[in-house]
Amino acid sequence: MKNNIALKAQDLSGYYKGPFGVIRAVEEVSLIVERGETLGLAGESGCGKSTFLKLLTGIVEPPLHHQGGEVEVEGNKIYNMNPEELRKNVSGRHILYVPQSTFDSLNPTLRIREFIADMLRDRTGQKYPADEVRGMLADHFSKLGLDKRVLDLYPHELSGGMKQRALIAMSTYGRPSILLLDEPTSALDVTSQKRLIEMLEALHREEIIKTMIVSTHDVTILRQLCNRIAIMYAGKIVEVGNAEDVIENPYHTYTEMLINSLLPLERWTKTEKITGIAGRPPDLRSPPSGCRFHPRCPNCTDICMPKEPPLIEKGNRLVSCWRHCRES
Amino acid sequence: MLASLPGELDMSKQEILRVENLTKYYISGYIFTKKVMGAENVSLSIGKGEVLSLVGESGSGKTTVSRMILRTIRPTSGKIYLRGKDICSYEKKDYYRRVQAIFQDPYTSFNPRYTTDKVLLDALKFAEKGSKNKSKTEIEDAMEVVCSSLEKIGLTPDQVLGRHHHELSGGQMQRILIARCLLLGPELLVADEVTSMIDASTRVTVLNELSRLAKEEGMAMLFITHDIGQAYYISDRVAIMEKGRIVEIGPAERVLFEPESAYAKELVASVPKLHEKWRF
Repeated sequence: MKNNIALKAQDLSGYYKGPFGVIRAVEEVSLIVERGETLGLAGESGCGKSTFLKLLTGIVEPPLHHQGGEVEVEGNKIYNMNPEELRKNVSGRHILYVPQSTFDSLNPTLRIREFIADMLRDRTGQKYPADEVRGMLADHFSKLGLDKRVLDLYPHELSGGMKQRALIAMSTYGRPSILLLDEPTSALDVTSQKRLIEMLEALHREEIIKTMIVSTHDVTILRQLCNRIAIMYAGKIVEVGNAEDVIENPYHTYTEMLINSLLPLERWTKTEKITGIAGRPPDLRSPPSGCRFHPRCPNCTDICMPKEPPLIEKGNRLVSCWRHCRES
Repeated sequence: MLASLPGELDMSKQEILRVENLTKYYISGYIFTKKVMGAENVSLSIGKGEVLSLVGESGSGKTTVSRMILRTIRPTSGKIYLRGKDICSYEKKDYYRRVQAIFQDPYTSFNPRYTTDKVLLDALKFAEKGSKNKSKTEIEDAMEVVCSSLEKIGLTPDQVLGRHHHELSGGQMQRILIARCLLLGPELLVADEVTSMIDASTRVTVLNELSRLAKEEGMAMLFITHDIGQAYYISDRVAIMEKGRIVEIGPAERVLFEPESAYAKELVASVPKLHEKWRF
C-alpha cells in the first residue's frame, strides 16, 4: 500500500513576505496522492492553490518562503535535499510544474524544436541537432494529437490553446512521474479547453503521465478530468474526495456553495435562483479565527468561530467542518 | 410571443439598437498591406429590456463589433442605428449618455487616484449635465441618490464609499460600475466579458444585477462572453460568431440546446458539463 504513494505532503506551510506584511498563503496542509490518480485542486482566487503547487515542487523563491512541513516525492524528502540535488534528481524527472502563464514561458525568438533542444541540452548536457529533435518528438506529439509541424513554428504563430498544448507536450517528453498543472484552462475558450482536456486524457491513456495534480477555479473542468477533488479555502484544504461524490453530495458548506454558484449550460440554471457566495475571501495577513469560512457561512454555529475544525475522515472523504465533526 | 423568423426581434419590443451589414477590415503593414477580417456582414437588433449575447471563440470578432457600436473604431462598411438614428449623427456627449460600457478588467476601468464617491458623483453630474460648483445641500442630495443606487444592487454604501480601487474586490468594483450605469440610465449597455476576471463564486451576483438592470430599468444590453453557460443564464437571445460572421442567432433556448449550424453544434458540445462526464 505504502509503495503506491506518489506524493505526500505533511503539514506544509508557506508564506509571502512583502512590504505589506506576511501573507500566510498555505497553512499546514497535508495531502496524499496515489499513483495513477488525477487530483483536482479547486477554490477561489487567492486561496493558495498556486502557492501549494509551488511548495510541492520544492523550488521556492522569494517572496514565497517555506515555513514548515515536508513533501515526499516518490520517496524523496525534498526539503531535506540541497538545491543542486533537487534539481538533478527530482525536478523534471519526478515532479514537473507547468505554470499559469504559459504564454510567457516560451522563448519568442526560438522555434519550438529549438526550444526543446535547449531544454534537453540543459537536462542532459548533450547537444541535439534540429533533425534529431524533430525525429524524437514527432511520435510523442502525434500520440497527443498534435501536428508535428508545430515543432517548426515560432510561438507567435501558434494560438493560445496550441501554445498551451505544445508546452505541456514538450514538458512531458521526459515522462515525469507527477505533473503539476496550474490553471491550465483558464485563459482558453471552450473549444481549446476541450482539446486540452482530451490531450491530458491522452497523456493518461498512453501512460506517459501517471499522476497529475490540476488546479483550477472551474469545477466543471475537474469533473471531466479528475478522479479526486480537493477543495481549498483561505490556505487550507477543507474537503477531499472522489470527484463525483464531492460534486453530487458536498459535505462542506463552502464546497456546496461553490458548486451551487456555477453556471453550467443546463436548463435548470434559468429557472432556479442562483445567488453565489456573499462576501469575499479573508485577508490572509490576519485570517479569521476558528473555521476560516465562518464569516460567510450560513450554517455557522457557536463553535465555528472560536475553534478550528480538524480535517476528519468520513467514509472515503476528508472534511473539515464542524457539522460533520460533531456527528462523528 | 416570438416573431416568426428565428433571430428576429420580438415585434412587441421597442427597438433600441439596429446593426446592418457591419463589416470591418483591419489593415496592417505599410507597403505590403494585409487585410485582416474583423467582422463581416454582422446584422442584429436589440429591443428595450432585452439581453442579446454575442458568443464565440477568441478572435471571432465579438469585441470588434462592440467597439464599433461604442464608436471607438470606424466600420469599413455598414450602419449602426440607435433608436432609428445613425449613431454618427449623435453628438459625442449625448451618445455616451445613451450608450455605456462595462469592460473585462475593473482595475483599469477606474482611475486609481479617484475614490468611489468621485466616480459615482461624476457620473451623476454627467447624466444631469450639471455645473461643477454645487451647493452643500445639492451634494448631499446627490450622495443620497448614489447611496440608493448602491443599495439597489446589493452593496452597502459604508463598505464601498470613500475607498480607492485597490481596497475593493473585483466583484465589488464591477458592481460599482453597474451602479454607475444605473445613475447614468443609458438606453444601451455593452458588457464585454464583464465576469472573466471575477471569481466563480461572485460571478453570478454580477450577472443577477445586470439582468435586473435590463428587466427593471428597461435597458437594452449587448452581453459579450465566451462562457456559454453564462450566456444562457442571462440572455433572451444569443448570437454565435465564427470568424467575424454571425452563424446563428435566435432565442437562447433554441440556439444553445437545439443548434442548427455545424459550428454552433460543435461549440455547444465543447462546454463541459457538471453532472456528466465526457467519454473519450
